[in-house]
Amino acid sequence: MEPTAVPPYTFKDFASDQEVRWCPGCDDYVVLRAMQKALPEMNVRKEDVVFISGIGCSSRFPYYMDTYGMHSIHGRAPGVASGVKLANPALSVWVITGDGDSMAIGGNHLIHALRRNIDLNIVMFNNEIYGLTKGQFSPTSLLGQKTKSSPYGNTQPPFNPGELALGANARFFARIAGNSPKLISQVLVDAHKFKGTTLIEVLQNCVIFNDGCYDAITHKDVKEDKQIFLEHGKPMLFGKNREKGLVLRGLKLEVVTLGENGITEADILVHDANEKDPTLHGMLIRLEYPMATGVIRSFEDYTLEERENALTEQIKAKSSFTKTDDLFFSGETYEVK
Amino acid sequence: MITEIPVLEKKEPQPEVLEAVVVRFVGDSGDGMQLTGTQFTDTSAMFGNDIATFPNYPSEIRAPQGSLYGVSGFQVHIGSIEISTPGDNVDLLVAMNPAALKTNLYSVKPGHTIIVDTDAFTKKNLEKAGYTANPLHDGSLANYKVIEVDMTSLTKEALKDIEGLDNSAITRSKNMFSLGMIYWMYNRSTEHTIDFINKKFKYKPHLIEANTKVLNAGFYYAETLELIPNSYTISPAKMPQGTYRIIMGNTATAWGLLAASEKSGLELFLGSYPITPATDILHELVKHKHFGVKAFQAEDEIAGITSAIGAAFAGDLAVTTTSGPGLALKGEAIGLAVMMELPLVIINVQRGGPSTGLPTKTEQSDLLQAMWGRNGESPVIVIAASTPANCFNYAYEAARLALEHMTPVILLTDGYIANGSAPWKIKTVAEMPPIRNHKITLASENAHPYGRDEQTLARSWAVPGTPGLEHRVGGLEKDIVSGNVSHVPENHQKMTDLRAEKVRRVQQNIPDQKVEFASEGDLLVVGWGGTYGALYSAVKQMKREGYTTIGLAHFNYINPLPANTGELLGRFKKILVCELNAGQFASILKIHYGKLAFDQFNKVQGLPFANDELIQEFKKHV
Repeated sequence: MEPTAVPPYTFKDFASDQEVRWCPGCDDYVVLRAMQKALPEMNVRKEDVVFISGIGCSSRFPYYMDTYGMHSIHGRAPGVASGVKLANPALSVWVITGDGDSMAIGGNHLIHALRRNIDLNIVMFNNEIYGLTKGQFSPTSLLGQKTKSSPYGNTQPPFNPGELALGANARFFARIAGNSPKLISQVLVDAHKFKGTTLIEVLQNCVIFNDGCYDAITHKDVKEDKQIFLEHGKPMLFGKNREKGLVLRGLKLEVVTLGENGITEADILVHDANEKDPTLHGMLIRLEYPMATGVIRSFEDYTLEERENALTEQIKAKSSFTKTDDLFFSGETYEVK
Repeated sequence: MITEIPVLEKKEPQPEVLEAVVVRFVGDSGDGMQLTGTQFTDTSAMFGNDIATFPNYPSEIRAPQGSLYGVSGFQVHIGSIEISTPGDNVDLLVAMNPAALKTNLYSVKPGHTIIVDTDAFTKKNLEKAGYTANPLHDGSLANYKVIEVDMTSLTKEALKDIEGLDNSAITRSKNMFSLGMIYWMYNRSTEHTIDFINKKFKYKPHLIEANTKVLNAGFYYAETLELIPNSYTISPAKMPQGTYRIIMGNTATAWGLLAASEKSGLELFLGSYPITPATDILHELVKHKHFGVKAFQAEDEIAGITSAIGAAFAGDLAVTTTSGPGLALKGEAIGLAVMMELPLVIINVQRGGPSTGLPTKTEQSDLLQAMWGRNGESPVIVIAASTPANCFNYAYEAARLALEHMTPVILLTDGYIANGSAPWKIKTVAEMPPIRNHKITLASENAHPYGRDEQTLARSWAVPGTPGLEHRVGGLEKDIVSGNVSHVPENHQKMTDLRAEKVRRVQQNIPDQKVEFASEGDLLVVGWGGTYGALYSAVKQMKREGYTTIGLAHFNYINPLPANTGELLGRFKKILVCELNAGQFASILKIHYGKLAFDQFNKVQGLPFANDELIQEFKKHV
């Protein structure tokens, strides 16, 4: 059958009839809408889209998408999603997770998903707190942070999700502020196009339990000065007038200003997301000022499905078995008369 | 140059005919005893004997040579009569070193035969085995026929002219010497093993020559040895006509899944994490990429099942395999599959517990975990295989029931039947029962993801990729009509009742419970799962001894129980439930049939039931 063209969807086609129940003002609404707007850009049929989530506020996400979806159990969405994708590689499979879901209870599944490189997209809503259980510290809560379960200050040092991802050999990592809907849509489309496991960390504000945790970076008054939005092949410039940039001095990234000390645009590092060596990606991920956002790493490698398919085809070509009876009657059998 | 190796068959003297014999081969885990055992098994099977085998591995992979805990064994029971267990006590023990003798002597029937490799009875090995005196010389084996063979020296002698063999290759082939001896003793041809050696060492001609030479040397040695006064034969057994093969329980399980996949037209997905004694199912299924099998070794037990759940959601025949501790880890995810009403096969090859317990030993103590080991009201179908060969049928059945009823099925096997082997009359896929599923498209009648089959109450299966049926499932309670999240109290009650009723209705899709030997009478022996062989042969012996009012009801369907269970139990004056646990199936029966009295016979030693202990117990009740 000739494949027919994907219908021209709008964001409305991806909104389910379920009432969205996040707290008013939550960044989750922003991501939801950004996703609904990104999907029509992806040239994918809605019946081929699957959202798998774990447990937590953000994990309600699949209920609000008019696609196939599963709200699974705490931490296990990458496992479920891996099964969906391996069962039917034609599907576009998305994991929706939070910082606790993906890095505490589900940490093991996250690192192994990244290591295997199945073509999945993992969107991690990082609000540095447990929201659904009402305010305990998470694996990304800051040292000293006072929460319901750390009334005198958190003593557990946090993960940097990007560092964890690189440690697990992630081929694609992006970080994006939860209050920038257009950029979120753009990164989601990039992630969709990328063949392999992607991890998109969304810096998501929790209005109830950790309000303002990213204000110093994402507030509209400071975001251009405090964030550097990276684009592959473009110089690493930031600032309201794109007057600042990054250079490499020794083993450190340094912020410089164009025009000062003879610095010109030619001195500024050019972002290479496709580089296999993750060293510079790691430095960008660890950078505190400016906070690196956008697609930091995007290195294409074989996916697990591709490796498996190649092997399967090779074995099929060599095997004399076409049906199970061939196997059952092969080798050492004997007749009883 | 390879010289032509003759196939040896014994001509004279006329052997004594035996009904059945139990042989156990024991040695260091590197001594090749498993291979020796399987060769003797296959040769006897092709001769037409009925057979049951059981390997006995230590937990250590290669324990220090000569140590007591490094002893590995393989037991085979062959007969011209029906064989239903690998046997308890042995007629012949082949012990390759003192440690092997020490740990297995208890099993040899008094007056019966022990073959030892005297070369291995060195001072050092005797010390390692904890012998203060050499048992071959101190009279402690006076009750047995001991055949002392300097097997290592004889093997070396046989191989002295073959070039390119190092010392370890020479020592490793001494198992062939013992096999050659046994072939002479039991009047078996060496043909099958010579074929096997030729295939195995196709590209190593010097090893073909070495192994066949040693095999034949053993055969000739037994022939000329005066210490073996006579030899025996076991005539072919009367078995239904057909094509057979020897199959291990775990292989049969894997093949049952393959057959179900082909019959149902669904691709097979296995999500699994290695665990003893279930891993061989994974090992088997990863081989079959040519059938499109997707076998995924996950990072842990939980990802094993969750990946299978994902595959079930996406429309595959999805399976996860494990053993007791793994089933515990999968509990939450099984609940998810119950809630989402997806077809999923969970196979638990039981071992000794709790915790890590006895990984290489058998037990039936996960029954209640399978029944109720989850949060909330989460009923699943529970079935159990009872022989190595019928693991095929019940793996197939688990797939059939999961797909036809849209709910998880737990299949229980155990280490004993999973690692044991027996003849399997090969089934073709064509002769297996049909398997239907509940996949729908927008064009189907009642095309809704929460539409239901009226008879089974199975939910429709709208898989991703199907246009127009986009929907969301999940662990939160769902509205009975729309499938949307619902916290309405009455709805939760209805859904709870529905999930229970769905499992209950499986009763209409399974056969009635059979009772063997007597349909009514004084004592009904009740068992389930892997103890069938032991219970069957014990009840059969009772009948032979004149106890004609004893019946055996051995269960394969546990949740739900077959519809006629209560009526059947009521036909006997006494009921004795025999299990390798502290009474788990008995407790289920008591819940269902509280008015009946149940006696129990329980054993939790990591070992199967022995015939003698069953007979003794039965006699107390009649």
